[in-house]
Amino acid sequence: MLSKRLIACLDVRNGCVVKGIQFEGLRNAGDPAALARRYNVEGIDELVILDVTATLESRQALADTIRTVSRELFIPLAVGGGIRAPEDAEAAIDAGADKVSVNSAALTDPSLITRLAGRYGSQAVVVAIDAKRRDGTFAVFSRSGSTAAGRQAVEWAREAEARGAGEILLTSMDRDGTRAGFDCELTAAVSTAVSIPVIASGGAGTFEHFLDVFTTGRADAALAASVFHYSEHAVSELKAFLAERSIPVRRTA
Amino acid sequence: MIALIDYGAGNLTSVRKGFAAAGADVVTPSSPTDLASVTGIVVPGVGHFASTRALDGPWRQAILEALNRGAFLFGICLGQQWLFEGSDEEPDLAGLGVLRGRCRRLPPTLKVPHVGWNALEMRRPSRLLAGVPPGTQAYFTHSYAADVTDDTVAVTTHAAPFASVVERAQVFGVQFHPEKSGEAGVQMIRNFVAVCSPNA
Repeated sequence: MLSKRLIACLDVRNGCVVKGIQFEGLRNAGDPAALARRYNVEGIDELVILDVTATLESRQALADTIRTVSRELFIPLAVGGGIRAPEDAEAAIDAGADKVSVNSAALTDPSLITRLAGRYGSQAVVVAIDAKRRDGTFAVFSRSGSTAAGRQAVEWAREAEARGAGEILLTSMDRDGTRAGFDCELTAAVSTAVSIPVIASGGAGTFEHFLDVFTTGRADAALAASVFHYSEHAVSELKAFLAERSIPVRRTA
Repeated sequence: MIALIDYGAGNLTSVRKGFAAAGADVVTPSSPTDLASVTGIVVPGVGHFASTRALDGPWRQAILEALNRGAFLFGICLGQQWLFEGSDEEPDLAGLGVLRGRCRRLPPTLKVPHVGWNALEMRRPSRLLAGVPPGTQAYFTHSYAADVTDDTVAVTTHAAPFASVVERAQVFGVQFHPEKSGEAGVQMIRNFVAVCSPNA
C-alpha cells in the first residue's frame, strides 16, 4: 500500500534555515545540509527547500545547498521560492533538485506549468497554492501571501492538474506557523477534487494533527518545518505513532 | 564501464549521483557506437512513453548488439517500461521487446499518478535485490506499469499489482527510482554494478 509521506520543509534564506510564523518574524534554525542529513537518518520521506527571500544573492547559496543535499541524500528533493521562469527551474534541477515548486509565477502565467511539465515531466512540477478562508471560500494568495490572486483553491488546483502539474502543495495561510493543526476542510476539498497527490502544509503542532490530515483531510502527504526542527526524534516517533493507528508509513531501519 | 543513455527524458544528474554513491562512474555516450565496449547499459527516463522514440533506430540496434555480446541492461522507470513490447500510453510505438508483456495505465480506483513510497513484495531470489529485505519501500512516480509476468521478481500494489522489479538473464528493470529510494535503492545500484564488473 502506498505510504503517506512526511515531508520536511527547510525555509532557507541566504543559505540558512529559518522558519516563518505566518510568513513574518523569521528565526534561525541552522545549516540546511546538516538538518537534511539528520532528517534522512530519522527516516523523512522527502525534502522541500524553500528559498523564502529568493533574491539574486541568495541564488548561489541555494544552488550550493541543493548540490550538497542531493549528493548525499537519496530521497526526493523539491525546490521552491522564486521559480519564475524556465531558467530558474533549470538551475534548480541542474543543481540536483527532482522537483520544482511554482506559485506566484504560475498564477501570473499558468502556461508556465505546461512548459515545465513538457520539459521535465509532470513528476517534476509541483504547484504550490497558498489559501486563506475568506467569506466562506478558500481564496488563493500570491507573492508570499501578500496579494489576493482572485482565484479559488479548488478550481485553481483543478486547472493546475489539467495544465500538467504533478502534485499540489497546499498551504493554509490561516494555520501556517500557528501549530493549531492543518486545515483539514481545505485539504479534503482540494484532495478530492484532483487526481494528483496533495501535500498538506501549515499548522502542524502535534502528532494528532498529522493523523487528522491523513484521515479527515484526505492528504497524500504532510509537510512541516518547526515541528521537525526543534525535536530530536520527531520524525521516527511520528511514524511509529501513525503506524500504530493504521496509517501506512515508510519505516526505516 | 557502464553507460547511461541520455535520450532527453530524465534527470541524469540524480542517476549519476546514485551510481557515484555505489562506487561506480558512468559515462554518457554521445553516439550508439560508443556502446561497443561497455559491460553495462542504463536506460533511465521519466515522462511519456513517446519520449522513447528517441531510442529507436541506431540506439536500439546498438543496445541489442551489446546484449548479444553479453552486456547487462538496467531500465529505470520509463526505461523499464521500454524493455517490454510496448505501452498503452503510446500504442503505436514499440518498446525494445526483450521482455514479454505490455505496460498499462494503473486503475483509476486510487489516485493516479502513483507517487510516493510503496513496498516491494519479493516473488523470487534476484541478483538486483540481493541484500534488500522483503517489504522494503521504494520511491515511485508513474501512471503506467508493466504486467506481472514470469520475469517479475517483485510486485507492488497500487489498486492492482504490477511488476516493480524485473529480471531475465542480463536484463534488469525497476519501475521506481532507485536513485531516490534511500539506502535500499543505492544497494540495488551497487548490485547492478557488481553484476557488470568483469571479474564478478
